[in-house]
Amino acid sequence: MSNIIEIRSLRFAYASEDENTEPAEVLKGIDLQIEEGEFVAVLGHNGSGKSTLAKHLNGILLPTGGKVYVDGIDTADEKRLFELRQRAGMVFQNPDNQIVSSIVEEDVAFALENLGVPYEEMRARVDDALKAVNMYDYRMHSPSQLSGGQKQRVAIAGIIAMRPKCIILDEPTAMLDPQGRKEVMATISRMNREYGITIILITHYMDEAAQCGRVVVMDKGRIVLDDVPKKVFSQVELLKKIGLDVPQVTELAWELRKAGYDISPEIITEEECTAAIMELFGTAMKE
Amino acid sequence: MAILRTEELTYVYSEGTPFEKTAVDHVNLEIQEGEMVGVMGHTGSGKSTLIQHFNGLLKPTSGKIYLDGRDIWEDKDKIRDVRFKVGLVFQYPEYQIFEETVYKDIAFGPKNMGLDEAEIKRRVLETANDIGISEEMLERSPFELSGGQKRRVAIAGVMAMEPRVLILDEPTAGLDPAGRDKILGLIKKYHERTKNTILIVSHSMEDIARFADKILVMNKARLFCYDTAVNVFSRAEEIEQIGLDVPQITRVFGDLRRSGLDFGKEVYTVGYAKELLLKKLREKEVR
Amino acid sequence: MLKDITIGQYFPGESVIHRLDPRFKIIITLLFIMMLFTGDSVWCLIIGAVFTVMSILLSKIPVKMFAKSIKPLLPFLLITALLNLFFVSTGEVYWQWKFLKLTSDGVNISVFMIIRIVLLLAGSSLLTYTTSPITLTDAIERLLSPLKKLKFPVHELSMMMSIALRFIPTLVEETDKIMSAQKARGAELDSGKMTTRVRNLVSILIPLFISAFRRADELATAMECRCYNGGSGRTRLRQMNCSARDYIALGITVLFFAAVIAADKLIPNIF
Repeated sequence: MSNIIEIRSLRFAYASEDENTEPAEVLKGIDLQIEEGEFVAVLGHNGSGKSTLAKHLNGILLPTGGKVYVDGIDTADEKRLFELRQRAGMVFQNPDNQIVSSIVEEDVAFALENLGVPYEEMRARVDDALKAVNMYDYRMHSPSQLSGGQKQRVAIAGIIAMRPKCIILDEPTAMLDPQGRKEVMATISRMNREYGITIILITHYMDEAAQCGRVVVMDKGRIVLDDVPKKVFSQVELLKKIGLDVPQVTELAWELRKAGYDISPEIITEEECTAAIMELFGTAMKE
Repeated sequence: MAILRTEELTYVYSEGTPFEKTAVDHVNLEIQEGEMVGVMGHTGSGKSTLIQHFNGLLKPTSGKIYLDGRDIWEDKDKIRDVRFKVGLVFQYPEYQIFEETVYKDIAFGPKNMGLDEAEIKRRVLETANDIGISEEMLERSPFELSGGQKRRVAIAGVMAMEPRVLILDEPTAGLDPAGRDKILGLIKKYHERTKNTILIVSHSMEDIARFADKILVMNKARLFCYDTAVNVFSRAEEIEQIGLDVPQITRVFGDLRRSGLDFGKEVYTVGYAKELLLKKLREKEVR
Repeated sequence: MLKDITIGQYFPGESVIHRLDPRFKIIITLLFIMMLFTGDSVWCLIIGAVFTVMSILLSKIPVKMFAKSIKPLLPFLLITALLNLFFVSTGEVYWQWKFLKLTSDGVNISVFMIIRIVLLLAGSSLLTYTTSPITLTDAIERLLSPLKKLKFPVHELSMMMSIALRFIPTLVEETDKIMSAQKARGAELDSGKMTTRVRNLVSILIPLFISAFRRADELATAMECRCYNGGSGRTRLRQMNCSARDYIALGITVLFFAAVIAADKLIPNIF
């Protein structure tokens, strides 16, 4: 199977405390296939179900209906839980609450220690992972000396060290400053490009989603859009309706188009926007 | 008259130790009553240290701060009164909530001011209304609320002290676009009603561009500039040089200018860009 | 400010003492403590003092740091010394007033006690000054690992300890933030009536606890996602390899201990 992630009519509801009320469904039938090596953003507002979906990808939550397969492993198969978690690593929002050790390199080694990887191999994998996220020089630092972006890179290294096929990042930049966000985005896109690791980035920042190869938009527990960024962002009205932003350049193009000008609705970068405006004035001038 | 004025304000952390660091370096600043100010700067630029001086949480190493023309450190015992006049909402303020009911938590500040019950009640109801908290919610436990609601309760807790200056440190951090728009909208409404001075620290240039009349930029412990939004963003290149972002739309218009299409330097919102382009396009067509 | 509190008092360095295997350091420190309390001849104390001074010099840690570690206990030391001085009634009587007696034994005992405690503090400070708390925790886990067979939760305790060490700076910072936030709402934390102060303490403790629980919850999930499954079958990145140096250090300590015993038995006490 070339699909690293295979989700079939996934439904999920948190067990309700009160027996009389119907448990509220957070995921209402999700079908999604992700191929190995893809870089996918899952975009949605808070409460759209995007984090709940993420937690299904490495067995933190189990479906109440439907199936989730990761690299052919049924996430509900308890016997293969550790195998699953090695293949699909997870990075969380709060950089502080996922670092276990007081020394950077020992934190990166944490998963390997748990898996009983022998010392020689562990040493090599930890060093490689630290170099991959450009944190090797900080290997002996304490996490409290690091910036938010650096902490997230350490967390990513801790996952990379497991040599996963797929990394799921649940709003990894929500608590970071712009500098930290750039560092983290650069790191994960490099992981995708150079190591071929499948990336699933849960986010509500549209500029991050614009950097991905594919954008899945969720609303109220369902997938409402699933396409390349250009096609997704051209749906300005729909995105605004479900409480999401579009890049400023896309919005400008959309406004101009609404005013009757011939400008592509699929503008998502500054370069495209500049070129389109130039063209608009070029043609307008010729007339 | 200036509501807040600083004179050679300087703050040095851990003075006399190897960790000594000047966080605020001879800052001279005058903020007029009723202004809506956006505060920007890197993490570590000194902006957080600066705002903690405005309400006397930090005492300057040297230099002075005047509130309404009076040196706030003139009488050390009255520093608490300064905190009631200059309300400070910290980052992630929902983490400071502790009372059993929303009402009590909002009332904490006013109670500390020694107000009588009737006045406290008036203030709680008024601010709750300002910040979109229904009366039914007031008797609920704040811990049952959603993240966005909790944050609004925490902001209301400071607003209820009816400070003449309200300072918010990244009030939209970690929120999705809808949550962010809601909070910024409510703050704007509060500003229109009370005409109080408001300072908002934000990393998002797009947000600052949308609400601020004036922008204060800190860089490396010094005041980089304090000017109207138009003037600040027209210095886009300098701002980018110190490593801060400008709105995407401002960058596009910079590119256009460099390519020979000069529409002026004052473009920083999509709405303005649209109007400007439509006007220019019509002019071209007429010709 | 709370941030200024340092925990563990570790001074990073590259000295011989820093580089000793932490397990050996713990054992040596234990031997050293036993050595101090073996024998009551002045020679025993002199040998102990030589050992302490030698180790301190080798560690290259400024002597004043050791003075600092003793300082807080100084009043306690003086009081016990005084009590010994005047209430030990055996030995030759030098001076007497009502029930207070100054005797030769009293003087001996109090002088010995002060020196012993000072050496004890200096020696154990040396252990914490030259070993990071996390290494120390780890070394204790390894030394106690035979107890695992008796179902004693060695790994769990050490994991708890190291997570606590990891989160102390985070929680200290958090406390600082919450305090500032409540102060900004007019909470009086260091002045005002007792009842208001207690009430204001609540305004800090509740958010702090809530945050600690939230962190614990998230950390537990993150640990599970990284395949944490208790202590069995774990390997470690931190290797503790004892080298010739460690055995030599241990050998020297044993020699000193032997010297103390010999001095106690063979050389007559001059007092």
